[in-house]
Amino acid sequence: MEQHSGHALVHRDDEASKIGMWLFIFTELLLFGGLFVVYAVYRHLNPVAFHLAAEELDVTVGTINTVILLVSSMTIAMATSSIKLGNKRLTLLLLSITMILAIIFMVNKYFEWGGKISHGIYPNSQTLLDLSQGDVLFFGLYYAMTGLHALHIIVGLVIIAVMFFKVWNGSINNDYNVQLENSGLYWHLVDLIWIFLFPLFYLIT
Amino acid sequence: MEPNYLEYKGKYKGIFAWIFSTDHKRIGLLYLYAVGAFFCVGALLGLLMKLELIAPDKTIMEAQVYNSVFTLHGITMIFLVVIPGLPAVFGNFLLPIMIGAKDVAFPKLNLLSWWVYVFGALLALSSQFMGSGPPDTGWTFYAPYSFQTQSNVLPAVMGAFVLGFSSILTGLNFIVTMHRMRAPGMGWFRMPLFPWTLYATAWIQLLATPIVGITLLMIVAERTLGIGFFDPAKGGDPILYQHLFWIYSHPAVYIMILPAMGAISEILPTFSKKPIFGYKALVFSSLAIALVGYFVWGHHMFTAGMSGTALYAFSFLTFLVAIPSAIKVFNWVSTLYKASIDMQTPFYWATSFIFVFMIGGFSGLVLGALATNVHVHDTAFVVAHFHFIVFGGVGYAFFGAIHYWFPKIWGRMYDVKWANFGWLTFFIGYLALYGPMFYLGLVGMPRRYFDYLPEYHGPNILSSLGAIVMIGGLAIIITNLIISSRRGETAKANPWGGSTLEWTVPSPPPLENFEEIPVVDKNPYEYK
Ligand SMILES: [Cu+2]
Repeated sequence: MEQHSGHALVHRDDEASKIGMWLFIFTELLLFGGLFVVYAVYRHLNPVAFHLAAEELDVTVGTINTVILLVSSMTIAMATSSIKLGNKRLTLLLLSITMILAIIFMVNKYFEWGGKISHGIYPNSQTLLDLSQGDVLFFGLYYAMTGLHALHIIVGLVIIAVMFFKVWNGSINNDYNVQLENSGLYWHLVDLIWIFLFPLFYLIT
Repeated sequence: MEPNYLEYKGKYKGIFAWIFSTDHKRIGLLYLYAVGAFFCVGALLGLLMKLELIAPDKTIMEAQVYNSVFTLHGITMIFLVVIPGLPAVFGNFLLPIMIGAKDVAFPKLNLLSWWVYVFGALLALSSQFMGSGPPDTGWTFYAPYSFQTQSNVLPAVMGAFVLGFSSILTGLNFIVTMHRMRAPGMGWFRMPLFPWTLYATAWIQLLATPIVGITLLMIVAERTLGIGFFDPAKGGDPILYQHLFWIYSHPAVYIMILPAMGAISEILPTFSKKPIFGYKALVFSSLAIALVGYFVWGHHMFTAGMSGTALYAFSFLTFLVAIPSAIKVFNWVSTLYKASIDMQTPFYWATSFIFVFMIGGFSGLVLGALATNVHVHDTAFVVAHFHFIVFGGVGYAFFGAIHYWFPKIWGRMYDVKWANFGWLTFFIGYLALYGPMFYLGLVGMPRRYFDYLPEYHGPNILSSLGAIVMIGGLAIIITNLIISSRRGETAKANPWGGSTLEWTVPSPPPLENFEEIPVVDKNPYEYK
């Protein structure tokens, strides 16, 4: 009776963990959904300004970042498969690649934002306010949506780092790996949201 | 025998044995104490407003103070009390026991939800004490005022965001718990109705809360960065804010009321000694309310500026959502028909719930109709209506629930005479407080004003006196419950003759609820 520590329940249910993660992913999609609604409304109201403002963004950088995220989604999926096969070294390698790709994404983002800011284009800046209202809204949405997305990349990076550590010390292994799988799901979500942001800001001009 | 959950000693001692406990029952009580404390604060703020309104002109506070008082009253009552009220308190305590499980699916996440709740609450309340004066926007944080006012809106908005997180995590936990942990034999349609309403609620928590989360973040971005989404000077649209806000905040009403309906559906059959009438209709009406309730938010904005088509659609859908609510009332009343009724305190609360809920519901139709809405929009009528639903509905169900499950939670009985006397005082005060506000709204008294024309004086006196009586009733009820939880007579495992699983375990329940997971071979409401 007294063997339980603080609480009795030692209860493992991987299926439950996965359902929980999927539900959490719904909430994340809806969180971004609010911003997508705002984007849709203001694009509808300012079609010309949104068209012209989108041409200000660098499609090359956007494309590179898209490829980076897609590849990182692949590497984390491969990491999940390889831990299930019990290949710890390969898992650690794949997780490292995923983290490096995420960091490269952030570095690109840094230079992209930095470039815009050095041109005086950031929320509430005089340069931006001198442009049309459509521009103000477009760049407002650009910073809000890619910013919130970048925040998710950072959170994902921390999570993957924790997973790396747990694989390394063996607490995630070929028998118990639902945490890594869920982290992969989260990372795919971050990837998926970018797949929507990329055309909305860079491609539709 | 296992020690019961109140006496169990784990790793930690004293208060730490509670605030670090992952036991769903202790977490439920943690929520109860926090919600109870905030409720008392919110109720006293309400009393202060009513005292201000006892006579025209300034009575006890300045207009600006009045603005911050109704803002704090709203934030406290909505975000800290009513939204977590039934799901987080009774849901946590009872859901696992009622479905025959030892805990929720994610006990640690459950504890985290409580901590996030406390953190969010402190953040929201800190707006009162720091910076440039308490917020004065009302709990709705309408743009553009919410980013133009000099008052300290930021922590309140951030607090509401954090509280949303807590609400989402609780909902997520409950959905997974119900999918994965029902006892063997408990198919979906053998699940009691309170868990069913928690299930519908949890989906709303999950699917609606993120929208208000991002909306509040946009207000934060508006205040800190001047991003312009809701600022007409920069091309933004304040009405878009209202849409986004109500996309969450109307369904939030159902987060509040659905579990309340669930509690009533537990109390009525027990004291009628008769299976609930129309079990499946009650289940599906809960799901229908959750679904349709998602598409009616525009009825808060009939005078804000929308296309005619949108007005008709929102009005029609609002009328539609009244149908499942009416089905519930019909089924509750039918449950009482030819029953051998046992008149006990929870039963008084449940029947008075039906009474005030119907007044709230019918007045909601007055507001859902386009023509009458324009007349009573932003008047005391609206305040009366939503207090009849949110306080009349959720409040009565909460008190009904606590008087119903009290012996289970503390293993003791309360003093029935004082409990009944408290209920009667509260009920009379309540009707005197909110009843006149319907009339005041119809004759044109606006809401959220600290002053009014002399011709509104009479009904306002009655309303304020009602507030005093009602607070007196509350004091009796709460004092009785607190004293009884320490010194009441020992309660049996099943004092009311209930037939759901929580009555099969000892009072208070042992740490793990069940020594052996029960096998369910009957429907939830069968009485011998
Ligand atoms: Cu509504």
